Amino acid sequence: MAAPIPPLLRLRGMGKTYVTPVLADVDLDLAAGEVLALTGENGAGKSTLSKLIAGLVSPTHGEMQLNGQAYAPASRTAAEALGVRMVMQELSLIPTLTVAENLLLERLPHRAGLIRRKELHALAERQMAAIGLTDIRPDTLVGELGVGHQQMVEIARNLVGDCKLLILDEPTAMLTDREVERLFEQIVLLKARGVGLIYISHRLDELQRIADRVTVLRDGRHIDTQPMASLSQDDIVRRMVGRDVQEGLARQGQLGQPVLRVENLSRAEAVQQVSLTVHAGEIVGVAGLVGAGRTELLRLIFGADRKDGGDVYLNNSSSPARIGSPKQAIAQGIGLITEDRKREGLLLGLPIALNTTLAYLRSVSRRGWLSTGGETQIARRYIDELGVRCQSPAQAVGELSGGNQQKVVLARWLHRDCQVLLLDEPTRGVDIGAREDIYQRMAQEADAGKGLLVVSSDLRELMQICDRIVVMSAGRLAGDFRRGEWSQQALLDAAFSGYRDPQAAAAH
Amino acid sequence: MTKTQPNWLRATFGSYIGFVLAIAAMIVLFGSLSEYFLTTSTFTTIANDIPAIAVMAVGMTFVLIIAGIDLSVGSVMALAGATIGIAMTQWGWSLLPAMFLAMLVGVGCGFLTGMVSVAWRLPTFIVSLGMLEIARGGAYIATNSRTQYIGGAIDWLSAPLLGGISPAFMLAFLIVIAGQLLLTRTVLGRYMIGIGTNEEAMRLAGIDPRPIKVLVFALTGALAGLAGVFQTSRLEAADPNTGAGIELQVIAAVVIGGTSLMGGRGSVVNTFFGVLIISLLEAGLAQIGASDPAKRIVTGCVIIAAVVLDGYRSRQARRA
Repeated sequence: MAAPIPPLLRLRGMGKTYVTPVLADVDLDLAAGEVLALTGENGAGKSTLSKLIAGLVSPTHGEMQLNGQAYAPASRTAAEALGVRMVMQELSLIPTLTVAENLLLERLPHRAGLIRRKELHALAERQMAAIGLTDIRPDTLVGELGVGHQQMVEIARNLVGDCKLLILDEPTAMLTDREVERLFEQIVLLKARGVGLIYISHRLDELQRIADRVTVLRDGRHIDTQPMASLSQDDIVRRMVGRDVQEGLARQGQLGQPVLRVENLSRAEAVQQVSLTVHAGEIVGVAGLVGAGRTELLRLIFGADRKDGGDVYLNNSSSPARIGSPKQAIAQGIGLITEDRKREGLLLGLPIALNTTLAYLRSVSRRGWLSTGGETQIARRYIDELGVRCQSPAQAVGELSGGNQQKVVLARWLHRDCQVLLLDEPTRGVDIGAREDIYQRMAQEADAGKGLLVVSSDLRELMQICDRIVVMSAGRLAGDFRRGEWSQQALLDAAFSGYRDPQAAAAH
Repeated sequence: MTKTQPNWLRATFGSYIGFVLAIAAMIVLFGSLSEYFLTTSTFTTIANDIPAIAVMAVGMTFVLIIAGIDLSVGSVMALAGATIGIAMTQWGWSLLPAMFLAMLVGVGCGFLTGMVSVAWRLPTFIVSLGMLEIARGGAYIATNSRTQYIGGAIDWLSAPLLGGISPAFMLAFLIVIAGQLLLTRTVLGRYMIGIGTNEEAMRLAGIDPRPIKVLVFALTGALAGLAGVFQTSRLEAADPNTGAGIELQVIAAVVIGGTSLMGGRGSVVNTFFGVLIISLLEAGLAQIGASDPAKRIVTGCVIIAAVVLDGYRSRQARRA
């Protein structure tokens, strides 16, 4: 190009820091009519980067240009006004309104407040036809549509008006193969219209089919951007793999009897025929991509969801345990530290002491009467042991920082003294210091003969603390590695294995 | 209690002071407006008005704490009153077994409301609205829509005794104390607060919320039954029309006491203060000769003002 035509989007030195930097120093150019794939491990910064571009999050560093003009959207609405739109993983449609109403929500045609149905439907049909969505009627309620159609409506909604740049965040996660094909046809049309697309996905076969270039992020940093044609799937995975990992605190503990054995556990698509064993004194990690079924697996073992099939055996017993509810699981010595401590773990407005004893009130009561003194004592003990930073055991747990909240959750289950502890993302949103405290306590519990099953999206964390790591991919177990046998490459390969079968995509 | 005064304890005690001040201010205000207000007879009247509302408000506090609501208490009270009337006049039962039966009827109604809403996951608002109609209809059928006169066999419960205070008032007061202990010092109370705060977290902590919810509604039914006994004793008759609309007064008292309609937060003692405020207001306004419409407008304003103040106070507490 002789005269320097500015790219559609130019990023220079973009970064975002919350407590720690989650994205640093990203430079990126996107041309009009180009599909740029954005990929990387869980937590590599893909979502943060796309949210910065779409105006949902404002950057800590760096600047952006759109068509050569400075671009610093203050909000999503501001970004949309400039033609930058994002289709999120969570649909933002209103299920109780019709397709047409959703499509034109901000500018419903009306006269004196009365909606003009005919005009509305005509407009909606035109908009849907533009992306080839001709098989649904505009007066259908969105809630009655399948997820795939909803996704298409969501995309149609984002193409209204003057769309220059469209970000698609895992758009095919919920789509059937045929819908994926239709989406790809639309992407080709959009490219021809000169729309620039950023396509986030961990389905490598898809990226190979539609992306012009691929950008790999790792640990919030831009690793590189290459033409898609020059890279194989293995090349991409290799780029996602980070630096070497410090090997964890080697624990000398001997493995005991199996304390938890899971056989062919299944629930719909989420968890399919999963079998694994955790021994006394063992920390087993569950790796996998978001949506691989890891959380669902823990919830099934804990009886929080109903299983379709399979059995759970506890303490080397030969007959399956009857676990139909969390209550029964806990009574048989299983504890679950949930992924979302605010929604599923803590009683935020209530004191630390109360949250600590909640799963084991029998320990602080006699014939139904609580001993508040005993409760305070127990809470004090865990506050000291785990180093919870707080004013007193009576402080509301919602006032604590994330790391300290997580320690209170941990305290609850330590106090319950479970033989098997299931931990789902135990260090999410936890600062480094608290993280180390939590790891140490986990090792201590394993050394005391407990069995721990840990889900984490942070591979390095698992490699540091686990004796064994199993990998889930698309609902199935895709790998089982002992300490010393694993590498980040091998773990990631396994994690992607369920999503990269080229046969499935080529079938249509 | 611990030596350090933690935030939430201080907030609780702080709110007592607020209630005491509000009540004192009302007494001074009405006393200065009406020369008849500051007499023992006014206060015995108020005290003897209170028991029925107070015991229902204790139950309603529990229900609101588990993030439910029970609109049927007034009708259940009438049905229980009808029961005691029939038992004593037509079957010739003495007071104690009749009282027991009345409370049992209340338990049955509450149990049904709780079971239906838990089993089909229905909002308690709707189910208890249905129970409101059912129990009222039951009261009419049981009494043939006629007031059953009972007379002296029951009136001693409400008759002024020591210092003008009736046995019913003392019983209601004991129930308030017991209710507060239940809420703050027992495992069941802990479960109620937890369920109202985060039901899913409770389930994942191994506590099944369903039987607890049913139990709370059954308990509220029992207390509505007891309220029926008090009401019948005060009127010396079982009137199937009694207590229509009283559920709103009960809810108002509980809310004035600072219990959250969103669940998880509340206090039985504060509810009792709420009952006192509502009753004082009613009696005071009557004494100064306010018309019925004016009374209702003032009461409405007081309810809203109390909730606004409470919201303001809890936001302050959170910031502190």
